[in-house]
Amino acid sequence: MSLLAVSDLHVYLGESHILQGVSFQVPEGGVTALLGRNGVGKTTTLRALMGLVPRRGSVQLAGQELTGLPTHRIVQRGVGYVPEDRDVFSGLTVEENLRLSERGGEPRYELVHELFPELKTRAAQRAGTLSGGQQQMVAIARALLNDNPVLLVDEPTKGLAPLLVTDVAVALERAAELATVLLVEQNLAVVARVAQQVVVLDGGKVVHAGPAAELLGDPERIKQLLGVHGASH
Amino acid sequence: MRKRLALAVPLVLLAVLAVVPQLSVDVPLVFNGSLDSPGTLGLLALCLVFAGVALTYDLLFGFTGLLSFGHALYFALGVYLTAIALTKWEWGLVPSLLVVAAAGILVPLLLGAISLRVGGIAFAMVTLAFAQAGQVLVQKNPGNLTGGEEGLGLNYDAIPDALVGVVNTKHLYWLALAYAAFVFVVVRWAVGSSPGHVLQAIRENEQRVEVIGLSPFRFKLLAFVLASFLATLGGVVWLLVLGTGATPQVTTANFTLTLLVMVVIGGAGTRYGALLGGFLYTLLDQRLGSLAGSSQVQDLPNVIRTPLSEPLFILGTLFVLLVFFVPGGLASLGGRLRHLRRSAGLEGGAR
Amino acid sequence: MSTFVLLTVTGLGLGAMYFLIASGLSLIYGLMGVLNFAHGAFLTVGAYSTWWVSTHVGGGAGTKLLVGAVAGLAVGAVLAGLVELVLIRPLYRRPVEQVLVTVGLALALGALVEAIWGFDSRPFPVPAWMIDTTTVLGARIPNDRFVEIACAALVLGGLTAFLRFTRYGLIIRAGVENRAMVTALGIDVRRAFTLVFALGGLVAALAGVLSGVYFGAVDPGRGTSLLIFAFIVVVIGGFGSIGGTAVAAVVVGLIQQYANYYASSGLGDLAVVLLLALVLLARPHGLSPKVAH
Repeated sequence: MSLLAVSDLHVYLGESHILQGVSFQVPEGGVTALLGRNGVGKTTTLRALMGLVPRRGSVQLAGQELTGLPTHRIVQRGVGYVPEDRDVFSGLTVEENLRLSERGGEPRYELVHELFPELKTRAAQRAGTLSGGQQQMVAIARALLNDNPVLLVDEPTKGLAPLLVTDVAVALERAAELATVLLVEQNLAVVARVAQQVVVLDGGKVVHAGPAAELLGDPERIKQLLGVHGASH
Repeated sequence: MRKRLALAVPLVLLAVLAVVPQLSVDVPLVFNGSLDSPGTLGLLALCLVFAGVALTYDLLFGFTGLLSFGHALYFALGVYLTAIALTKWEWGLVPSLLVVAAAGILVPLLLGAISLRVGGIAFAMVTLAFAQAGQVLVQKNPGNLTGGEEGLGLNYDAIPDALVGVVNTKHLYWLALAYAAFVFVVVRWAVGSSPGHVLQAIRENEQRVEVIGLSPFRFKLLAFVLASFLATLGGVVWLLVLGTGATPQVTTANFTLTLLVMVVIGGAGTRYGALLGGFLYTLLDQRLGSLAGSSQVQDLPNVIRTPLSEPLFILGTLFVLLVFFVPGGLASLGGRLRHLRRSAGLEGGAR
Repeated sequence: MSTFVLLTVTGLGLGAMYFLIASGLSLIYGLMGVLNFAHGAFLTVGAYSTWWVSTHVGGGAGTKLLVGAVAGLAVGAVLAGLVELVLIRPLYRRPVEQVLVTVGLALALGALVEAIWGFDSRPFPVPAWMIDTTTVLGARIPNDRFVEIACAALVLGGLTAFLRFTRYGLIIRAGVENRAMVTALGIDVRRAFTLVFALGGLVAALAGVLSGVYFGAVDPGRGTSLLIFAFIVVVIGGFGSIGGTAVAAVVVGLIQQYANYYASSGLGDLAVVLLLALVLLARPHGLSPKVAH
């Protein structure tokens, strides 16, 4: 049973027809990776799911249509978002950044502090003074704080040192135990580690969808679809 | 064929307007007297002046995409410098006009070069700041030149007889018409020229213009100086047409804002929009005031009558409504009606 | 020396009014990206409401002023909130139209006030003790200056506390930085917009009341003339920053007073305006809200 069903999604940015009828399913549980070359529209897809860009088509979460809704309503249905540039609020402290994302219920601070102990020690620090890696932790923590059934995560390991990449991968694994994750990622090692399914975009459409292991075990196919060799970055 | 039509329409319009002072026709409610009466001609002249000045603002705002809050400064420059030269310095008309023309080029050249170093809201604020400085300067009445709050009366001796006196109102009307026509021609030419195309490109995407090696700054400055110069000319014509002298009201930010309102009401960036907006706004502004004093309105209950007595209230409200429902201004209505008819036609036809 | 003290306190009093009207503008532009030209109208309407209510209330000038002020502040807040809901919110994705609407509204409201009460100024109820002077360091300072400074300080403290300690304050602070991300956290920013507008209207009305006390009267042009200075203060102080607005307001008020006296009358206004141009040219990006909306 697919939790997220995307059907015939079209997005225009200016004059470019970026997404030309994207359709894919995200099965419940685990991590589905959204792959593709640079600039193909992966981030745009996530933003479209979030309602942050004007879009046409259908996006269904557990059978309920999301496309008519404004962003905040979509998020309230249970969608957590970790944007590509983290977008933490620099003027707010770490604690305030997290508190802002609370949506009622019981925010999972123990989980967040367990995964990222630094967030506890640096709670009163202004987020603008954090390192890139620390900001990434805040961004992921924000999405994990609430009991979101779906997490949209955009290139969480971008620009991070290898040690931090591992931390993020661990966090993603934990997240996948609690929610369904749609992950945009260029680092194939991370994808290999955490993802069960992959969806590949090219030319504004989905050109491949299937088990992760199958694609990642096929270097020819990888080169053809993604233009990269091997899995290490 | 289209090109000939595009040429024919303004010429016909000009011809019709030129003939107006000879028409002994009554237009009830709209005008207080027949078309050839001095009162009506004076009013029409004022409308034409503002039609032209609105178009100068549109060159900046509608075509080049530069939102300036200080356009009044250049209009006021024309008004005050002419009045000062004629009345205080007692120069003849020709030397005064020459000095005003020179100032009308040099001042915007200097101020524009400074203001255009920034864009967007910052540019709007800088232009506002300079205009404010102008307003303060006029209020300060340095050397008793500007007359401060009371304004500066005009010395009629310096003005050619043909432009003075009620009997010659039709000459002032033709002067105003000539001004509006001149601005129209210049703006048309500017927009259609190659620098004009660059300006359009700048308005749409400044970065793309930079990438092909052109300097947006130079083109924007060109537009700025041209628009300001034409506005300065408008100030001179206004001074002559009104005949009562310079008043500090023309230096206020409110004045620039009313120009903005005129342009938006008419339709920014369209061929006739600004002219239409400037003309209509001035007409309504002048006539609504007398309408409020008329017997029909006097009998209305206070709640309705009071707001109506201030033309600016009606115009402001009309403006807000237009922004909401007809954002392209009145000039876009023609296009909208066509669109509606077309789509209605499609629905009716076979699918 | 005593002149200097008088000038300084007067400058601070003026700065207090500038701060009050600028703080709302600053938050509104910082959070919503709307350059609210109608803000001066909120001030004028607030001032006139205060005056009108005060003429229908008995008692001494103090009572009249107080009751009138409560009414004026309420009117300012409600008017601003309604304006946001009815005129600004529907134009959410059309920022140019939003600014144009505030321009039209400013003109219409100003004309309305003038239509109802004429363009002559109306005397404001000012209790005797405010007209009296207190001697400080040899200078005889009218007490109303202290009232203005105190009010501005209270508002500054209140706003800062509101922003730091309440949830809406948190939302506003985050929204000033990155409005889109706030909605991406599931928060309906539009409510914060209305709140900010209403708050701005309230504080602008307070500025209107204080200006009535300062000048002893109200006139229809009051809002517009003060609005220009508010713009200057906001630009110099930085959009969305209350602290910056406060500092800038003090600087502008003081420069204006000093220059007007020590250089020549009117030069202060000129100096302040040129300061605006200088700041803009030196720091043009200080004007754009920090992250794209």
